[in-house]
Amino acid sequence: MGIPKSFLGYKRENGRAGTRNHVIILPVDDISNACAEAVANNIKGTIALPHSYGRLQFGADLELHFRTMIGTGRNPNVAAVIVIGIEPKWTKKIVDGIAETGKPVEGFHIERSGDIQTIMKASKKAQEFSMWASEKQREECPLSDLWISVKCGESDTTSGLASNPTVGNLMDKLEPLGVHLCFGETSELTGAEQVCAKRGATPEAQKKFMNTWSAYNDFILKEATDDLSESQPTAGNIAGGLTTIEEKAFGNFQKIGTRKFIDVLEPAEEPKKGKGLYFMDTSSAAAECVTLQAAGGFNIHLFPTGQGNIIGNPIEPVVKLTANPLTAKLMSEHVDCDVSKILSREMNLDQAGDKLIETTLKVANGRLTCAEALGHREFVMTKLYRSA
Amino acid sequence: MSKPDLIIHDEKDNVGVVVIETTKKGQKCSAWIMENDKTVNVTSSNDVPLGHKIALEDLKAGDTIFKYGHDIGKVIKEIKKGEHVHVHNVKTKKW
Repeated sequence: MGIPKSFLGYKRENGRAGTRNHVIILPVDDISNACAEAVANNIKGTIALPHSYGRLQFGADLELHFRTMIGTGRNPNVAAVIVIGIEPKWTKKIVDGIAETGKPVEGFHIERSGDIQTIMKASKKAQEFSMWASEKQREECPLSDLWISVKCGESDTTSGLASNPTVGNLMDKLEPLGVHLCFGETSELTGAEQVCAKRGATPEAQKKFMNTWSAYNDFILKEATDDLSESQPTAGNIAGGLTTIEEKAFGNFQKIGTRKFIDVLEPAEEPKKGKGLYFMDTSSAAAECVTLQAAGGFNIHLFPTGQGNIIGNPIEPVVKLTANPLTAKLMSEHVDCDVSKILSREMNLDQAGDKLIETTLKVANGRLTCAEALGHREFVMTKLYRSA
Repeated sequence: MSKPDLIIHDEKDNVGVVVIETTKKGQKCSAWIMENDKTVNVTSSNDVPLGHKIALEDLKAGDTIFKYGHDIGKVIKEIKKGEHVHVHNVKTKKW
């Protein structure tokens, strides 16, 4: 298959390109959700991203909060941003971080004016942003403007046999064309960590990966009250035939094909070493992982599933694929790309990879994903520890 | 190229994955090895559903299960060739 050299995206002020053109209303903290949702309800063409945190966090946990908030606003799938917080200082910090991209952003704080005044002022600005963004047209963008993140969920053995290798095949074909790629799921590489570390492109990348994995594993072992068999693998994984975390990890690892990763990113960190594959330190919970990858700047997501995870994200379209024929049949409204014919050998991996590239480009060009059409907007912040 | 009942990732593996809706007890299954494109046969001793594993050889407690050519856990209860391999007879070595 000849891979198209371009897609139709939204060019942004900082040179990046988006696959979507969202105007978002971003609450800084949990208590500003009501205001943000009221604004999004008032002004068509905007979406609110409510979440549960942002008060009394400190240290690395607070840094991660800011990185996720700012990164979400900076994502090229976002045309413009309204930031609403309870007080001005943290609100401004987030506005300033987003403003570096050159996109329209304005902050509002609720203290000393109350919800109703704030909703009124923010709605006026949101209307202006929404109407401005609606004039944006898709333009031809080089394929290298695609930043593709991957994560699998509700995996079963068909994931490791076929849907994850399909993503790996896509990576093998697209990486030479200059795209950015990202995989994560630190805990779900347990058992395959040594094999994964060897895929670091440099000794530094390898060492950084092992340090990251060891820190996560030490944390899990410290906090575990049982042997984690209830969580890793999950009940869904076990029903699908996965027996151990090692088996899950080797299946998971198929998603990067034969690629090597050039750097290890903190959660929600934007890559800075140019095109290529990155590993991001993330939880393996689907919504948390995709939220962090979107905050890292990735503009389209590939999500292989076995038993049928249904996740979506408010700003990064999530393309779902499955190789499980039962999932493809029983949950067809969630499946963007069915590669189950690999199992019956009616389709090979090369053909499946091509099919996924075709689906990915359709979505990049604007076709709604199943998760978008069904209204899945799971925006879930990762929290590192208790607040002060 | 016939439709396989089981797929085996790697020649080194001692388990294969059921890729039909279910195997039936006593069913002779064809198992395709992805790595070298060979086909081997194994008789399923149980009804084993899609995605679950079947032993390709006799295994005793303490043996290692290989899949993808890698160690994915240890046998905790004897398994005969053709039997269902899962959480009742295999456990992680990690936690």
